[in-house]
Amino acid sequence: MENHETRPPGPPRGLPIDSDTAGDTVAEGRHRWWAFVRSHADVLAVISAGGALGSLGRWSVDELLPWSGTTFPWATFLVNVSGALALGVLMVLVVEVWPPRRYVRPFVGVGVLGGWTTFSTYVLEARDLLAAGRAATAFAYVGGSLVAGLVAVWLGIAAARLLAPGSRREGAR
Amino acid sequence: MTVLMVLLGGAIGAPLRYLADLFVQSRHDSVFPWGTFTVNVAGSLVLGVTAATVVELDSPSWVLALVGTGICGALTTFSTFGYETVRLLEEGSVSAAAANGVASIVVGLGACAGGFALVAAVL
Repeated sequence: MENHETRPPGPPRGLPIDSDTAGDTVAEGRHRWWAFVRSHADVLAVISAGGALGSLGRWSVDELLPWSGTTFPWATFLVNVSGALALGVLMVLVVEVWPPRRYVRPFVGVGVLGGWTTFSTYVLEARDLLAAGRAATAFAYVGGSLVAGLVAVWLGIAAARLLAPGSRREGAR
Repeated sequence: MTVLMVLLGGAIGAPLRYLADLFVQSRHDSVFPWGTFTVNVAGSLVLGVTAATVVELDSPSWVLALVGTGICGALTTFSTFGYETVRLLEEGSVSAAAANGVASIVVGLGACAGGFALVAAVL
């Protein structure tokens, strides 16, 4: 990677780049990962519960909108774009509006929305479309999901800042 | 049965993503979101391998529900992928944002298709 930009040390000011870790760090020391898992067992359990719920929701959408294997995969498209929108809203609320809470971002952001959206099914469906000779649909799906997903995140962030009372752009946590 | 497998897989995949992301992020200091990139590519590879195995061996449907829909579905994430790309753009890291968008899709699709083809060739 020829990109040499580096992250500033310490927790991020304002919205983090990575919404899943969001500046979370693991303390130095022997057995540091075991110690981290033990001290964050509650957070991991909350992420786990959210992941189970989000995955069940995604599976339900798959059941409601079954995919033929040769057409545009609407179920995954809708799930991924809506999850991207919701994550944009959530991160503004968590970082800039609401007081710090231990479980909100882990449960909703890392768990529910992480389980609701999927990258692996997105590329498998693209592979299946290519293998079925549906190259145009595959490209429309891959590109359409990316563009719609990015616009959705941006819209979510902008709408939350516009509508949430007391949103502060430079909110440091 | 299928519902239970999806729940169980999601309950495993999501905390696995968090820990793997944290592990990768603690090992570099660039703005590029290597943590999410890594879980997305790894999950895509596993899903390609699993999907081909299920087809070739005519495995029961709960296998795909547990490993595919559940574990790989929750291990990988589209929301964080999109969010990170937008945040990089907002921060002016246009090359990192473009690299993340393109590389995640190209490498993820390659890993998934490669895993699928390898299993289909072997089994």
